[in-house]
Amino acid sequence: MAGPLEPLFDVEEMELSFGPQHPATHGVLRVQLRLDGEKIMDAKPIIGYLHRGTEKLFERESFNQCIPHTDRLDYIAAPTNNEGFVLAAEKLLGITVPPRASYIRMILAELGRISSHVLWLATHAIDLGAITPFFYTFRERERILDLFEEYCGARLTLNAMRVGGLPYDLPDGWVERCSELIDSLPKYFDEYETLLTENRIWKKRTIGIGVISAEEAIDYGLTGPPLRGSGVRWDIRKVFPYDRYDEVEFEIPIGENGDTYDRYLVRMEEMRQSVRIIRQCLDRLPDGPVMAKVPKVLRAQEGIVYASVEAPKGELGYMFVTTAKSTQPYRCHIRPPSFINLQALPAMVEGHLVADLVAVIGTLDIVLGEIDR
Amino acid sequence: MWAEILVIVIKVVVVSSVLLTLVPIMVWVERRGAAMIQDRLGPNRVGPFGLLQPIVDAVKLITKEDLTPSGVKGVDRLLYLLAPSIALVVAISVFIAVPFGFDPGLKLFGHAIDGFIVAPNLNLGILYIFAIASLGVYSVVLAGWASNNKYSLMGGIRASAQMVSYELAMTISVVGVLMVSGSFGLQDVVLHQSGTWFGFIPRWNVFPQIIGAITFIVAAFAETNRLPFDLVEAEAELVVGYHTEYSSMRFAAFFMSEYVNMVTASSLIVILFFGGWTLPGFATPAGWLGALVSIGIFAVKVAFFLWFFVWVRWTLPRFRFDQLMALGWKTMIPLAVLNFLLVGAGMALRNL
Repeated sequence: MAGPLEPLFDVEEMELSFGPQHPATHGVLRVQLRLDGEKIMDAKPIIGYLHRGTEKLFERESFNQCIPHTDRLDYIAAPTNNEGFVLAAEKLLGITVPPRASYIRMILAELGRISSHVLWLATHAIDLGAITPFFYTFRERERILDLFEEYCGARLTLNAMRVGGLPYDLPDGWVERCSELIDSLPKYFDEYETLLTENRIWKKRTIGIGVISAEEAIDYGLTGPPLRGSGVRWDIRKVFPYDRYDEVEFEIPIGENGDTYDRYLVRMEEMRQSVRIIRQCLDRLPDGPVMAKVPKVLRAQEGIVYASVEAPKGELGYMFVTTAKSTQPYRCHIRPPSFINLQALPAMVEGHLVADLVAVIGTLDIVLGEIDR
Repeated sequence: MWAEILVIVIKVVVVSSVLLTLVPIMVWVERRGAAMIQDRLGPNRVGPFGLLQPIVDAVKLITKEDLTPSGVKGVDRLLYLLAPSIALVVAISVFIAVPFGFDPGLKLFGHAIDGFIVAPNLNLGILYIFAIASLGVYSVVLAGWASNNKYSLMGGIRASAQMVSYELAMTISVVGVLMVSGSFGLQDVVLHQSGTWFGFIPRWNVFPQIIGAITFIVAAFAETNRLPFDLVEAEAELVVGYHTEYSSMRFAAFFMSEYVNMVTASSLIVILFFGGWTLPGFATPAGWLGALVSIGIFAVKVAFFLWFFVWVRWTLPRFRFDQLMALGWKTMIPLAVLNFLLVGAGMALRNL
C-alpha cells in the first residue's frame, strides 16, 4: 500500500471549544479540541465552571451542617454522598450506627445507584442519538425519586443521613412500596436492553470506542464502572465493606475489553445487583432505633481519617483533618470519582472522531458538581 | 386563454397548499407518535388531541426574533439569508413532479387538467426529481458555511459528503424499476404495477426487487437527514448542525423542508415500489370519483411510510460519520448494482 497522499492544498488543524455550553457535555465541562477534519488530535478538559468551594465551606460548619453540601456534589445520586460523609465523621468520632439505620442507608444508597445509572443510560443513549430510552428511564427514575420524597421530603438533595444514623425512620408502608418498585424494575431493565444491547448501530457506536486497558485504568486511578469495565474486580463495597454490605450477597460485574460497550453492560448488570441488594435489605430489615446516642455538639479528637464508599460513579472518599475538640474539620478533602475518571478522557478519545467524544464523555458518567466541588 | 391561466393557478395553489398543510399534520403525527412510543402523552392541550399545536408552534416561530450571528456580513449574509429559501424552494419543486392519483382525462372549464393529479406529465419525471433534489444539499452547505460557526460548518460538510454518497445509491437502486417499466415517467411506472401475478401477488416492484426497495428506502432516510442518518444536525455532537444559528421563520423553512422531503420520499417509495395508487383487484372508477379514490389509496400508502419514518426515528441510535460513509459506499452501492444486474438478467432470460 502506498503511503498517505500529499494534500493538494494547505490543510490546517481546527481548534474547537466543545462546551461549556453544549448539549452533550453533561453540565459545564469544556473540552478544548484540536481537530484534523473530524479526527481528534488532542483533547483537553477544562473544568472549574461550577466551583462552589464546598471543601472550604466544610471548614466552618459543624459536621451535621455539612451534610446538605454533600448533596450537591454528585447531585444525581445524593444518598451515597451523604453516606460517605457520615461514615467518615462516624469513623472520626468513634460512633457505631444501629443496624436498622445501616440497612436503611444501604437501601437508600442502592436506590440512588439505580437512579443514577438510569440517568446515565438516558443521557448516554441520547448522546448517541437514541432518544426513546431517555423517556423510559425517566419513568422509573420518577418512581425512585417518589420514594425518596416520601422518606425525607426531598427528591434530589436528600440530606437523608446524620452522623450517628438517620434523621427519620421509614414511613408506614414505605417498605411495601419500595419492594413493589424493585420487583418491577428488572422488567424495565430488560426493556432498555431490548432497545440497545443487541442493536447493531448501538454496538457499532460503542464497541472498541474509548478503550482503556486494566493497567492504564489503575494508573489513572479510575474507579467504578470505568475500572470494572476494563476487567478489574474492584468495588469498595466488597474490598472494604462499610455499613452492612458484608452481610448481603451480590456480584461485581466486570467487562473484558474496557470499551464503551463493556462499561454499558457493567452498569446494566450493576443495576440488577442493586435490586438484589435492596431485596435482601428489605427482607431482613431489623427493628430498633435509627439513631445512635450522640452528643448534641460533636467534638472531634485530633487526627486524620479517610472513609470512602462506592458511589455510582466510583470511589467517593472524604478525608478530615481535625484538631482536638474541634466542632468542624480543620481541612476536608473530597475524592470525587468523576474528577479522577475524567483524567482518562484525553487518552480515551485521541484518534477517535468527534462523535466518539460524546460517547466517551457519556460512558465516563461524569457529574460536574462533583468535579468542581 | 384566461381559463387556462386560471386552471394553472388553481392547480398550483391546490397542490402547494395541500403539501404545506401536510407539514403541520406531520409535525403533530411526529410529536404524538413519539409520545406514544415513549410512553407519555405528547401535546394535548391546544385543540382536540392537541391538533392545533402545530398552528401555535407556527405562530410562535413567526413572532420570534430573526437573528443573524455577528461576523456574518457581505456575501456571507446574502448566502445566510438565501440558504433557507433554497431548502424550501427545492423541497416544493421536487414534489410538483410527483403524481398522486389516477387521471381519467378530467376537464375544468373545458381545459384538460392532467397536471393536477398526475403532475405536469414529465416524460423524464424521475430524472427531474433526482436533479432538483440534489440541489437541496446547497442549502445545507451554504447555511453551514455562512453561519460563521464551526459546528454549523461541520454539519454542512457532513451534509455534502452524505448526500452525494447516498444519492448515488438511491439513483442506482431505481434503475431496476425503470428498466422493467421501460419509462422515466412516474405515471408509466405506476401503471406497469397494476394487476397481479398468479392472481394474488400484487405486481408491485417491491416483490421482485426487494434489494432495490430496501436500498432505496435506506437511501431515502439518508437523503431526508432523518435518524439514524441525521448526522448533519446531530444534536449531541454538533448542537444542531447547520441550522444552529437560525431562528424564527428561517429555521422554520429548514424544518418545513425536512417534512416536505419526507412526504416526497414516501411518495416516491410508494410510486416506485408499492404500486402507487393502484390496488390489485380494484378497478378505479372513471371521472372525478375515480380520481378521488385513487388519491385516497395513494394517501393511505404514503401515510404508512410517513409513519415508518417517525417510527424509525424514535427507535434507533445514530450512526457515526465514517460508518455512514462506509455503509453508503461499501454496502448500499454494491447492493443497488446487484439489484439492477439481477433485474437485467431476469429480463434477458425472459426474452430468450
